[in-house]
Amino acid sequence: MSASIKDNVSEPGRWDESPVLTVENLTMRFGGLVAVDDLSFNVGRGDITALIGPNGAGKTTVFNCVTGFYKPTEGRIIMRHGSAISDAEVRKLTESGEQSMSTAEGAIFLLERMPDFCISRDAKVARTFQNIRLFGGMTVLENLLVAQHNALMAASGFTIGGIFNLPGFRKARQKSIDKAVYWLEHIRLKERADEPAAALPYGDQRRLEIARAMCTDPQLLCLDEPAAGLNPRESSELNELLQFIRSEAGTSVLLIEHDMGVVMEISDHVVVLDYGEKISDGSADYVRNDPSVIAAYLGVEDEEVAEAEAEAAAAAAAAAAAASAAGQTMSGGEPAGEQETKP
Amino acid sequence: MEYFVQQLINGVTLGSIYGLIAIGYTMVYGIIGMINFAHGDIFMVSAFIALTVFLIMLAIGVTALPLILLAVLIISMIFTSVWGWTVERMAYRPLRGSFRLAPLITAIGMSITLQNFVQLTQGARVKPLPPQITGGITLMQGDAETGSIVVQLSYMQIIIIVTTVVLMAGFSMLISKTSLGRAQRACEQDAKMASLLGVNVDRTISLTFVMGAALAAVAGVMFLLYYGVIDFYIGFIAGVKAFTAAVLGGIGSLPGAMLGGLAIGLIETFWSGYFSVEYKDVAAFSILAITLIFLPSGLLGKPEVEKV
Repeated sequence: MSASIKDNVSEPGRWDESPVLTVENLTMRFGGLVAVDDLSFNVGRGDITALIGPNGAGKTTVFNCVTGFYKPTEGRIIMRHGSAISDAEVRKLTESGEQSMSTAEGAIFLLERMPDFCISRDAKVARTFQNIRLFGGMTVLENLLVAQHNALMAASGFTIGGIFNLPGFRKARQKSIDKAVYWLEHIRLKERADEPAAALPYGDQRRLEIARAMCTDPQLLCLDEPAAGLNPRESSELNELLQFIRSEAGTSVLLIEHDMGVVMEISDHVVVLDYGEKISDGSADYVRNDPSVIAAYLGVEDEEVAEAEAEAAAAAAAAAAAASAAGQTMSGGEPAGEQETKP
Repeated sequence: MEYFVQQLINGVTLGSIYGLIAIGYTMVYGIIGMINFAHGDIFMVSAFIALTVFLIMLAIGVTALPLILLAVLIISMIFTSVWGWTVERMAYRPLRGSFRLAPLITAIGMSITLQNFVQLTQGARVKPLPPQITGGITLMQGDAETGSIVVQLSYMQIIIIVTTVVLMAGFSMLISKTSLGRAQRACEQDAKMASLLGVNVDRTISLTFVMGAALAAVAGVMFLLYYGVIDFYIGFIAGVKAFTAAVLGGIGSLPGAMLGGLAIGLIETFWSGYFSVEYKDVAAFSILAITLIFLPSGLLGKPEVEKV
């Protein structure tokens, strides 16, 4: 595979070897506003990839393009269902004008060409939103069953079998309930399966949303700020859930997150956006030490603050020395020195 | 007493027909928040399809009445569903995502189109169908001395009420238990999210129209057999009544539509039975107005929550 992103802000990594999702030259303009500008990155198969950046950097816009909410102005979004799909095949699909193609190594999808329900149903990309979008009036279990609609619909012979409760449908229904219960056990909500989803506490609703997304059997799970508004205990439960999803279900995860604790703890790969452009791309350590990230996003680190203060103090001392050398009076020298040190 | 029972039976029969049509209004409103004013005319079209099928069956020499009725019911349900689907596909889907009034105006246009289409192709005169199912069960014997009347429950009324009850049960089951019903409720709450979970929202909406049309077709067949006369204008009157029923019951709520249908049917019959036939519509709409003053979201409706 030669899918590695060649630009000067990226650290090459294993995510370039077998990406599940490749975003290529993605540009999204809203009128005159460029929300995402020529963005390229890979999401490694089986990795947890974090997309971070200050508010308004374009992270959610990227999500909206990947999941079919927006049609990108330019660019290509490739979803690969097999680890050994060659670039030649991707090129063939792109030139054919089709939305998807199945190859011997697995199917390829060009997400920017697909309507949103197909992205979930066929390309197997699931997502959650910053604000909770559960079906509040339906029960917890029903929320998870809606996510399995297509399998159930096919099994019920387009509802006829469902009305008459035919054996084929009963079996499919049992299977989907089993899957729902499996996830409910993992998010510890099995006892509340028949309660309306809106009655759950906030943290449980967040985890239920992730479980619901997982019930669509995604290959890639996109989470938009899953830890927003969670208390530390709920936040650590979320970390466990995400790690479980990666290790047990084998689903790759792409997440937007502001909580740096979460990002640095669980991410294999971090992509940093600022003003719609990628400013850094690499492992958590690489990104953490990247000066452009520190400048744009994380703020200035403690040691650097200390260094800057030392420099300022030295400058002030020099200024004071210069002032006294010039024969200035004591009363004028002190305040001048203060003002110099402050910035 | 006898008079009351007889009016009750008549009222429930009429209410069943209104209820079947009202479900179509309430379901479509529930899923896309639009009043499908053409729904009453879909009901009218179904009555014409039923009459046509009936005449064709007679012409090809089928004489067994149960067979004819079954064929009429099934064929008109199928064809009316196609009409419902087509109307949605042609008139409403292209406007999805435009402002709220656009599909409403289109629905009115569609209603006029259907009425005029039937008027042109079928003629403006009323079409009679001789009573097919006659007789009934006498519940109470009349007595000439006390002046009481004979209370009769006709077989036709039994068929209408039983069919309605069976359909309602099957339909509630479909909405609450099957995957399609679940998808419909999901689309009702958050169509975008449902779509991101792999639900084909457009198809779910189409199927909602199809189901509404199929129920309207049952109502159309029943109307044809019960009253024996149809014309191109029946859809407007029945449609307005059924819409009133849906609003009275709480638009968006299925049991509400059924309850509202029954209420409107009973109010109309009792008013014409005890007071005056001329003012029955005034009575029905007055009750609607009074109910909405005290229960703005209808009898069983949930208060509107603005979606964010």
